Amino acid sequence: MNLLWLQSGGCGGCTLSWLGSEHGPLFRVLADEGIELLWHPSVSEAGVDEARQLIEQCADGRTAVDVLCIEGSLLRGPRGTGGFHRFGGGAQPMIEWVRRIAARARHVVAIGSCSAWGGITAAGMNPTDACGLQYDGEASGGLLGPDFRDPSGLPVINVAGCPPHPDWITETLAALAHDRLGAQHLDDYGRPRFYADQLVHHGCPRNEYYEFKASASRHSEQGCLMEQLGCKGTQAHADCNQRLWNGEGSCLRGGYACIRCTDPGFEEPGHPFTTTPKVAGIPIGLPADMPKAWFIALAALSKSATPARVRENAHSDHLLRAPSVKRTKR
Amino acid sequence: MSTRRIVGPFNRVEGDLEITLDIAAGRVSAAYVNSPLYRGFEQILQGKLPADALVLVPRICGICSVAQSAASALALADAAGMAPPPNGRLAANLTLATENLADHLTHFYLFFMPDFARAEYASRSWHAATVARFRATVGSAPNQILPARARFMQMMGLLAGKWPHTLAVQPGGSTRPLQSSEIFRLHRTLREFRQFLESVTFGARLDEIASLASRAELDAWRMTPGGGDLRAFLAIAADLDLWQVGRGTDRFMSYGCYAEDDRRLFAAGLWHQGEAALDIAAIAEDTTHAWYAAAGLPQHPASGSTLPVAEKDGAYSWCKAPRLGGQVVETGALARQVVAGHPLARDMVAAHGGSVAARVVARLLELALVLPAMDRWLAELVPGEPWCVETYPADETSGVGLIEAARGSLGHWITVRRGRIHNYQIIAPTTWNFSPRDSGGQPGALEQALAGLPASASEALPAIIHHVVRSFDPCMACTVH
Repeated sequence: MNLLWLQSGGCGGCTLSWLGSEHGPLFRVLADEGIELLWHPSVSEAGVDEARQLIEQCADGRTAVDVLCIEGSLLRGPRGTGGFHRFGGGAQPMIEWVRRIAARARHVVAIGSCSAWGGITAAGMNPTDACGLQYDGEASGGLLGPDFRDPSGLPVINVAGCPPHPDWITETLAALAHDRLGAQHLDDYGRPRFYADQLVHHGCPRNEYYEFKASASRHSEQGCLMEQLGCKGTQAHADCNQRLWNGEGSCLRGGYACIRCTDPGFEEPGHPFTTTPKVAGIPIGLPADMPKAWFIALAALSKSATPARVRENAHSDHLLRAPSVKRTKR
Repeated sequence: MSTRRIVGPFNRVEGDLEITLDIAAGRVSAAYVNSPLYRGFEQILQGKLPADALVLVPRICGICSVAQSAASALALADAAGMAPPPNGRLAANLTLATENLADHLTHFYLFFMPDFARAEYASRSWHAATVARFRATVGSAPNQILPARARFMQMMGLLAGKWPHTLAVQPGGSTRPLQSSEIFRLHRTLREFRQFLESVTFGARLDEIASLASRAELDAWRMTPGGGDLRAFLAIAADLDLWQVGRGTDRFMSYGCYAEDDRRLFAAGLWHQGEAALDIAAIAEDTTHAWYAAAGLPQHPASGSTLPVAEKDGAYSWCKAPRLGGQVVETGALARQVVAGHPLARDMVAAHGGSVAARVVARLLELALVLPAMDRWLAELVPGEPWCVETYPADETSGVGLIEAARGSLGHWITVRRGRIHNYQIIAPTTWNFSPRDSGGQPGALEQALAGLPASASEALPAIIHHVVRSFDPCMACTVH
């Protein structure tokens, strides 16, 4: 299976995240899974004329593309011309190249939330009229339109995340190479379910603080980040606290909020990113599938049941009280 | 009579790059550097809450992500009149240093060296070995370096949660308090990385590299046994005379970085045939040849504007042209070490100014200089002492954050009105190095470095042009932002 990777309105961070893969040399892993890099702007030898010729061949069908990976938003501006990104050495806007190659590729994969939904590049006034391949924020559409399907019947596969975990990318590509990715393996937003059917909350080391609503009120405190500091881990679709980042990391383990970066529209949450929006003291964003009344009742109950150890540690940046040691035998 | 040729896409640079070359008599008579991608972060940031900048600005760049965070955190701290406690300052140093060193490694092995494996060099004595070692994606080096780099980046898992794009770097310090066992694990990661560099990259101890004081000492060291990839590069550089290629402006600028107790590890300054004062107030961005509407004279970034226009006579890039007192400056690891006074760096530019070889050696030199400092910062952390203080920016305020990313000087200028971001201007390292011409027609640093190189209108682009372009370690994502 060959793979063509192109970048447009993004930061390149998805590629950099991918290069941090922790399962041995990435290039050999790809070869071992039967994936051949036709061209990738950051790592391939071919540049300038050679690269442009190759991409022209992909666009006019002389070279068949099995998987087209797009990293970065698609920039439609100014005024629909696509002129905010003209691909190196030519007059043609990048969105034209993407349209032409996507129409011929066996599969199209959006790498990261920019190419999936628009992402950060679409924040604020969205000066470049940025969108995703098949979504414009939460709305189906984007550059390729809501009806786009690849020859196997799949929509654009959205490996969303800002950035995605390296394994999300590799595992998705390997599944395609082994013909093991069907429509049933994608969620409602076209994200691979192997990571999108989890919640960031699953495996969060602050779970004891969450259970008792023992909340951090300032950065660097050990308590739960949901009640005050904007954390959306209980709603965000990803396995960040089970499949850790850079060894033993995740956003929550780093002491800051999950900003739900795998979801469309995360770039404009409608409130400050690291402050939890509330109505009458109750966070607006409740844990996934949790009825509001039960959340309120349980929160009130667990707050009143919070052990002093948990309450005090929640407001400290280091352990003040260790769990007591219980002797079971005399 | 000259012929015009457009070359692009330049790959193995971070982001998008194309260059227009005017070629006459087999040489580049003029080069015009185009950054062909505009995203508009400075427009996106307007109207946002100041703290939300910490989510947005790291996403300007996937490779300088922490540097963007750090510059923003410094600007916000400056606007609030606050500074982090010692643990927070040390954690910020460690996080930025991890990114900068990983970037140097990535640049050398993944972006720069593969060009010597090109068929163009097939007749050279070193070519076969270089193909086996450095060829893109299949050579032994890229496949050896990625796991070592990933192991080193486990520093980020502990210091910053993840990389790229962390929120751990705050104006008041770090969100990630570290306990003694975590500090021990960081220490082990640094030790392993040191062993990797000493055995694979240098074939020498780091202090041996750090103490090289001149070109003559470097050349003598190259002839000693020990192997390692630096010696391989130095042999190629000698053969291809890369010490005399790629001269820019020879005005070297550094904002300085890595705050220590009473100083910075690398001092700020300007070097032009000797030490000169760095006057931040003398920075101005010229948009004569960039696709922006601009009123009148070049503007200081504190009062700068970013208004893209689709068509403009004479414009050829989305990159503005920053100038220091009207002059073009070069920034990057070489500039940083020349300004900081490292004797090897100063000697490397004494004879032939900035060059491909000097830029590459300066980057590897920094690996040897910064890693020991990281050991020291790690030892100075005190678990139990504060990591982060709360900062409260005023509703009407402004601030500046100046820092050194791997590839050079990065500045953020923020103005806050009624509690919201009124203006946010960013000048990134490659904005300096890859700027277009200014109103006086003065070419940018790369444009100057390319002039005079061999080229033809029809043949394949000579590898030497690739070497010069990549010797700056360009980050195009940051350049325009």
